[in-house]
Amino acid sequence: MKEYKVTGNKDTRSGFGAGLVEAGRRNKDVVALCADLTGSVKMDLFAQEFPERMIQCGIAEADMIGIAAGLALSGKVAFAGSFAAFATGRVYDQIRQAVAYSDTNVKIAGSHAGITLGEDGATHQILEDLGLMKMLPNMVVLNPCDYNQTKAATIAAAEYKGPVYIRFGRPKVPVFIPEDMPFEIGKAVVLNEGSDVSLMATGHLVWEALQAAEMLEKEGISAEVLDIHTIKPLDGEAILRSAKKTGCVISCEEHQYNGGLGESIAQLLVRNAPMPMEFIGIDDKFGESGKPDELMVKYGLKAVNIAEAAKKAISRK
Amino acid sequence: MANVKQMQDIATQVRRDIIRMVNGCQSGHPGGSLGCADFMTALYFDAMEFDIDNFTRSGAGEDMFFLSNGHISPVWYSVLSRRGYFPVSELGTFRRLGTRLQGHPSIHDSLPGVRQASGSLGQGLSVAIGAALAKKMNKDEKLVYTLHGDGELQEGQIWEAVMFAGANHVDNLISTIDVNNLQIDGSTNEVCSLGDLRAKFEAFMWEVVEMEGNDMNAVVEGLKLAKQKTKQGKPVVILMHTQMGYGVDFMQNKNKWHGTPPDDEQASQALSQLKETLGDY
Repeated sequence: MKEYKVTGNKDTRSGFGAGLVEAGRRNKDVVALCADLTGSVKMDLFAQEFPERMIQCGIAEADMIGIAAGLALSGKVAFAGSFAAFATGRVYDQIRQAVAYSDTNVKIAGSHAGITLGEDGATHQILEDLGLMKMLPNMVVLNPCDYNQTKAATIAAAEYKGPVYIRFGRPKVPVFIPEDMPFEIGKAVVLNEGSDVSLMATGHLVWEALQAAEMLEKEGISAEVLDIHTIKPLDGEAILRSAKKTGCVISCEEHQYNGGLGESIAQLLVRNAPMPMEFIGIDDKFGESGKPDELMVKYGLKAVNIAEAAKKAISRK
Repeated sequence: MANVKQMQDIATQVRRDIIRMVNGCQSGHPGGSLGCADFMTALYFDAMEFDIDNFTRSGAGEDMFFLSNGHISPVWYSVLSRRGYFPVSELGTFRRLGTRLQGHPSIHDSLPGVRQASGSLGQGLSVAIGAALAKKMNKDEKLVYTLHGDGELQEGQIWEAVMFAGANHVDNLISTIDVNNLQIDGSTNEVCSLGDLRAKFEAFMWEVVEMEGNDMNAVVEGLKLAKQKTKQGKPVVILMHTQMGYGVDFMQNKNKWHGTPPDDEQASQALSQLKETLGDY
């Protein structure tokens, strides 16, 4: 089992904030828009350094997406940020027409995504955003796993020309991706090589998948761990390579089964290499208030759940 | 720049184009298109400054126009082609498979003149504000224009954008509202009254200009006045009073013609009222 050095605990939204500032330094055309959540979405560093490039839209997300599209078609790289629930579901039609269909260079930044938003409860815990965004033609969908990767993904999103959705979260989680690891849109990262089962994880669940691989190792099971930070375009080549090697797959995500990473992987496998597969995610339910880790336990998103699913998939081979 | 007489002739030909396009594919929205023919002609043949030979999506150094009520695409396509953005012969492809002239404007296949998709109502003002902000950031002195239906003002996003533009002094923006008092289901008063539009825009810190929209002299003067009021700290709105279906007697002021194409007999009756001034496509 490959060792990952944890350098601390940080929130992925702060990785976004740091990446946005860096993107702003590299390109004067990078602008940011927010709807009264500048601090929560961690756009405050950008606002301090580039006040003339920070647009406060007020609590008006639909207008924010439209303004971002107008800036983008005029040559700007426009990051529009809010809680993921309000940056995607609330403004789906605006994103569909003004961003995806119009192919504008807008980056939708969704913070506080998933159940680990915690205490605010189901109204804010969007578990459908990956599906909503991946269904849109032209849209790239990123879901990085820790602070360092989110920072790198943000910079990569700024450099990519076209619509991008980047999803990140609120809780402090282990930082284990090396700071200098390059981020390539559409390329999965093999974090651990194994031969019995492939754990294919995205976002906060990548760390849980690594923990699950350690647990499985103690039981003599060799688990490969893939970090699928790009939901779309999906790295079909890496996924099939790993799946064909191990013969079974577990998808791991903080999202509904419907529309999520698992659904994309299943579609790929059914077409190319049908095999046993299990899903870790939310089974057609809304979330609820609670502490992030309590919710992860209640909704079965922990390493132990992944390890159990792995054994089940192996038994089905 | 064309003079008023020339623009009246162009607008009449544009109305012929609209009838023929909508009749040709038996689909589309003639009513609002006919009502806005004078405005769109004056906008492209007099008011706006642009480089027709070097169309860019970014519109840097040019006045830009966004059609928010995308369903009146026939009038826009006709004016763009009559102005020289693309061959008038292409108007015959409207709404047909493989066309660049999609039912609602699209940027796919790069139709010169179109910078952003529209059709889902209420979004164009926000997009125009973004373009206007970019002009300010880039020290570009040119203006951004929009057109909206009055029924479209029932969309909530419009008022988010109206509030933003007033609060942020987006004063390089001229938005025109096609006040024909009709929408698909009936009069705006019956469907959901818009109330006092002047008072509403003024309350949101906009400069308000009113003009008759089916009188070329009034449109030219109204656009001039609106332009004079830009760069003074407030966005400018033109409340343009028109008649849906203007120019064809049996279509005039009838919401039935919002989205109904004329059949061949109705089309020929309509065309008999509109002189072929520039030659049909």
